Amino acid sequence: MSSKRVDVAANAAAFIDKDDIHEPFHDEHLWAARMKRDAAARAVPEWEALRDLASQIKAHTLTHLDHYLELFEANATRHGAKVYWARDAAEHNQHVLDILSSRNINSVIKSKSMLQEECNMTAFLETRGITVTESDLGERIQQLDNQPPSHIVMPAIHKTAGDIAEIFAKAIGTDPNNADPQYLTEAMRQDARQRFLKAGAGMTGANFAIAETGSFVVCTNEGNADIGASVPPVHIASIGIEKLLPKVQDLGIFIRLLSRSALGTLATQYTSHFTGPRNGGELHIILTDNGRSKRLGLPDFWHSLKCIRCGACMNTCPVYRRSGGLAYGATYSGPIGIILDPTFDESKYSELPYHSTLCGSCTEVCPVKIDISDQILKWRKVMAEKKYLPISRRLAFGAAGKVFEHPGLFHGAETAASAAMKITPHFLLYNRSLNPWGRHRELPHFAKQTFREWYLQYKQPDKEPSPKEL
Amino acid sequence: MKVALFIPCYIDAIYPEAGIATHELLERFGVEVVYPLNQTCCGQPMANEGDNANSAAAEQLFVENFKGFDYIVGPAGSCVKHVRQHFDAIPQTEAVTQVRNNTWELVEFLHDVLGVSAFPWAYFRYKASLHNSCSSIRGLHIAQPSEHMGPYFNKSEKLLQMVEGLELVQLDRPDECCGFGGTFCVTDEAVSARMGLDRIHDYLRHEAEFIISPDMSCLMHQQGIARKAGMHLKFIHIAQVLNGGPF
Ligand code: SF4
Repeated sequence: MSSKRVDVAANAAAFIDKDDIHEPFHDEHLWAARMKRDAAARAVPEWEALRDLASQIKAHTLTHLDHYLELFEANATRHGAKVYWARDAAEHNQHVLDILSSRNINSVIKSKSMLQEECNMTAFLETRGITVTESDLGERIQQLDNQPPSHIVMPAIHKTAGDIAEIFAKAIGTDPNNADPQYLTEAMRQDARQRFLKAGAGMTGANFAIAETGSFVVCTNEGNADIGASVPPVHIASIGIEKLLPKVQDLGIFIRLLSRSALGTLATQYTSHFTGPRNGGELHIILTDNGRSKRLGLPDFWHSLKCIRCGACMNTCPVYRRSGGLAYGATYSGPIGIILDPTFDESKYSELPYHSTLCGSCTEVCPVKIDISDQILKWRKVMAEKKYLPISRRLAFGAAGKVFEHPGLFHGAETAASAAMKITPHFLLYNRSLNPWGRHRELPHFAKQTFREWYLQYKQPDKEPSPKEL
Repeated sequence: MKVALFIPCYIDAIYPEAGIATHELLERFGVEVVYPLNQTCCGQPMANEGDNANSAAAEQLFVENFKGFDYIVGPAGSCVKHVRQHFDAIPQTEAVTQVRNNTWELVEFLHDVLGVSAFPWAYFRYKASLHNSCSSIRGLHIAQPSEHMGPYFNKSEKLLQMVEGLELVQLDRPDECCGFGGTFCVTDEAVSARMGLDRIHDYLRHEAEFIISPDMSCLMHQQGIARKAGMHLKFIHIAQVLNGGPF
């Protein structure tokens, strides 16, 4: 993995400047999802109580994770699944490869899994001669376009129907001028079906894993995971160790929250439970850490492990909606990406925590009550302390700090009109130059008299300021 | 009742009329207002950048200026939010805790502490829209955030409804962030400007003539965008409306 710093602001600017179509389309569609989420949440009177409960269950599970993982392993094994442990992406991918090669499988159908994205699994398998086909429509679009998902629930949401028509025309020979969603979906269905039927193994992720039963749950709207899990003889599930829930009865809370938060629907179209292999089949479960236990040890950031990947924080985030998910240059984008990505590579993702206005909407919307906005601010402190920030940014702040520290300097700078104009970007905008403000905005006008001068003139006429006070 | 007035730097230099209105408004309610002369900044801009070393000095000075007062009132939600919730670059002495606990944003002070029920001197015969800042909504809880499923309340809206003649228009995205975000507005200028422009279009779609806010910093950013785009919207601090000027 390259650790060149991701310039998320520049990437976002490129998405906005691309044309007049993509960014407004992206913003409107995700805002519509947020509106549907509001309506769905409002229809549940105990919504806020559910969030509290979900957050507490996750906190409990994460603080007793070793116990629940062992319980899960024992129960899953008892039901005939084979359980593997993977410390990192490399071990995860190796397990998958070993399972496939020992059975001479060279074609896999998979359902979208963010963990497999994290592990860069598809590229790993393909360079070893194994064909990997995404079964989720959005994810398949991304695969054909050689791009990672830009949103964890709607991976191709940054693309218009026109973009998709173009990609399909190149990849599967459809009419480039026909962007009718019905036509495109049907064309994809026909193309993918053959691959689904021929695949030697099906791969899924998991939304929840239940310690008490050793089963796991996969939620999709297209039913594609179910094809993968039931057509080929071998089912491999990649499960992040944070996906654990203690009991089946906990599930109801999370199922109620997940789809309502994601798309504003009552539940996903398919909520499939897997306990042990099906008759005559094999079930392999890879419990994967890949940085999670390290994250669990970070006092300020471990709450991010509660995430159920609903994407609500992305839909509500005004910055993400304008930036597009690819701008983040990471597996996870949006607010949840900002707090997860630096745990994979602090230097590479050191600019991400600044790509937020700290408006706090993500924290309020999150179904498991992760303090996302506060964590973003805490990440800024980490980046500043570890000196990941560009030097120009640090110097500007040093200067601003000095001005604010000394009232004399501050008021002197402020009242001298010409000096004030020169110092404005530093003490008001804290910036290297006037340009970024001025490109889109007129500069504010300085008042003829400051508030302080007014106060001294009208409210304290008999008390002239002593030199000490200036 | 004695109140120490906290006037953030940009209000002092660019929007003194918002400070004057705050001062006059508090006096109208019989409050004795003191303005500590050596105040500069609460340290928020540096703290938001993660720069604790530089915010510490500003925070220390703030405490020197404001310690010992029962009430410290500032007409700026994001600065007050910083003092109350993130003022931790310096050791948390008794004086620091006391200052943090006693700092109020103007709207919540009028609403919660003074419990005002009328502004008989205020007339404002315009269609206007309210912009509560994100810090005020989700940080200080002066309004119910639209994401949260609790009962509806909006303290600044409630105060404005007491002003004769004022017609408040509702927006499509009532509490969407305007994109100011402190340093974000320059370091992430493309996204920031787009957010501001979208916000302004929301006002225009609903035919607002004035935008009223308890947080002038968001308005500074929005005003700059509107002016640049040649849009004739007027931006004004809530204190000026409640006080009946100065405009
Ligand atoms: S952080 Fe919260 S809102 Fe965001 S994806 Fe995770 S669970 Fe959903």
